Amino acid sequence: MSSPILQLNDVQTHFPVESGFLFRHQTGTIKAVDGITLHVQRGEVLGLVGESGCGKSTLARTIMQLVPTTAGTVLLEGRNLTAASAAELLVARRDLQMIFQDPFASLNPRLTVYATLAEPLLVHRVVPPEQVRARVVALAEKVGLSSQVLGKYPHEFSGGQRQRIAIARALALEPKVIIADEPVSALDVSIQAQILNLLAQLCREMNLTLIFIAHDLSVVKHISDRIAVMYLGKIVELGPATDVMERPRHPYTQALVSAIPHLDPDLLRRSPRLVLAGDPPSPLHPPTGCAFHPRCPHVQPQCRTTTPPLQLAEPQRHVACLRLNEI
Amino acid sequence: MPLLEVTDLRTSFHTRNGVYRAVDGVSFTLAKGETLGLVGESGSGKSVTCYSLMGLVPQPPGRIESGTAMFDGTDLLHCSPAQARAIRGKRLAMIFQDPMTSLNPYLRIADQLIEPLLIHEKISRPAALARGLAMLEAVGINDAAQRLQAYPHEFSGGMRQRVMIAMALITRPEILIADEPTTALDVTVQAQILELIKKLQQEFQMAVIFVTHDLGVVSGLCDRVQVMYAGRIVETADTRTLFRAPRHPYTQALQRSIPSLQPKGRDLYTIPGLPPDLSKPNAGCAFADRCAAVTDRCHATAPGLLPVSATQATACLRVQAQEI
Repeated sequence: MSSPILQLNDVQTHFPVESGFLFRHQTGTIKAVDGITLHVQRGEVLGLVGESGCGKSTLARTIMQLVPTTAGTVLLEGRNLTAASAAELLVARRDLQMIFQDPFASLNPRLTVYATLAEPLLVHRVVPPEQVRARVVALAEKVGLSSQVLGKYPHEFSGGQRQRIAIARALALEPKVIIADEPVSALDVSIQAQILNLLAQLCREMNLTLIFIAHDLSVVKHISDRIAVMYLGKIVELGPATDVMERPRHPYTQALVSAIPHLDPDLLRRSPRLVLAGDPPSPLHPPTGCAFHPRCPHVQPQCRTTTPPLQLAEPQRHVACLRLNEI
Repeated sequence: MPLLEVTDLRTSFHTRNGVYRAVDGVSFTLAKGETLGLVGESGSGKSVTCYSLMGLVPQPPGRIESGTAMFDGTDLLHCSPAQARAIRGKRLAMIFQDPMTSLNPYLRIADQLIEPLLIHEKISRPAALARGLAMLEAVGINDAAQRLQAYPHEFSGGMRQRVMIAMALITRPEILIADEPTTALDVTVQAQILELIKKLQQEFQMAVIFVTHDLGVVSGLCDRVQVMYAGRIVETADTRTLFRAPRHPYTQALQRSIPSLQPKGRDLYTIPGLPPDLSKPNAGCAFADRCAAVTDRCHATAPGLLPVSATQATACLRVQAQEI
């Protein structure tokens, strides 16, 4: 196997919590990303799922180096991004681009589509100025926008079309890795299907590596090769997409899969849902031991004191649970 | 006799850019204790339908152009403000999509929770508080007695939606309108809230109108489903029939574009084009431009919602002519 294109080694991103007005002092730490080790192969689609507040967006921003890393390293093709200078980061970002959740907020309302798509080309000087126009037209066509819309502003487009513009912008520099943070959550079902197809097609054509973040498991399963499930800053299960969905091993993944509303009314009435009690815990006061223990149906005294490591449970499957072999 | 009978409801919004016909001739009935799902994409008119029934459409720019909504002998759309006040919040209650913004941040939970009781019933404050406490416990909030004195910001999203449900149900309404109550919540919390609504509905014997864009949520909860498109109902059927044998091309396309029903690795089915601009008059079927089974007739004549079997009605000329 070739070396992974993206390597995260024990990455931690912590945010200080401060209070006080005149005398600011730190009163706590939020461990948004708390020790994540992850290797992503070239051309792979990795799905990242978890509930709001579990740190999946912070992880995306950490990989992009949009937030400072507290500890650990992020390697892109062997280059250490966490220790890179601003100039080195600028170069690295040609290979690493991001698509955001809300296409209404992520596009500059005062730039035309043309200006939005031309900007990365001009900043990074990837083509001579006289070829910029041709490249922008080609980009627009690649994501299914006609060249006639290039003079329009973002407000003239629907949500799905705006997300296409955002995808084209991310593709402008022909990156190797794209991080898509909930790219379809704000869209209707029929539009969501169009964007998912587009992303899958682009990945195949351009041999892109995609990290796809979502809270909707069925969407993630459809597009991903592997799925990583996050809970409170840690990965609790990692494995091939279909396997994780059909035979979840971690109790949290089991609950997540069971919580997906089923489309077959009969099936649902036959198998009762596994409904978790309680809310996701506050990252400011994380539970001791296994972070999932207050909501876990299989909890044992040891779960309250010992933090389970992410370990190999079966070939290609990593699970972080102390009672893995008993449940 | 149905509990609620809506006939030919038309609500439009008069703006500088034209008249948007958000709800364009919607008729349906709701029986006692029934759960009715109202499904559609954004802009299909499902929320405006509910807002019209609750009298929450801002007028202007909104205007209820025609229609009646008969609830126990009273027309909700044309009754006096005093009549509306007596029904709304007491016999007809609503919960909203966003639990973060639908509670008053300045009031303690207790004050908001018992407000409907103090307005609608002759009840003392201590007695109302006792009912509020019981209601909070019924929706599954721990330490309810202490929680009564808390402010909304001290609650998580799921807990706030539980408070909203407690508030809506405290007067024991006959109809609960739930407008995307779980859209803003995480999946595990969504599962909790759906179970809660199901349980309380059986306990209280109330009818529920459940508005959502998520077909999956509907299938586990509703007895009957209505699919809306561009301000009209295009198909209505009992839940099992709608999922097993949808007839309208839009319902079929909608189901085919859901990822969990598709084999992995294959492209998802997509509906070409975009929903129509509701400010432009449209003589034919609103879905005609995107429909795979379109004929010339579809552009000329608007189909009515007609029964195609005992439990299913479809607004499609070609289905009605038994061509597809």
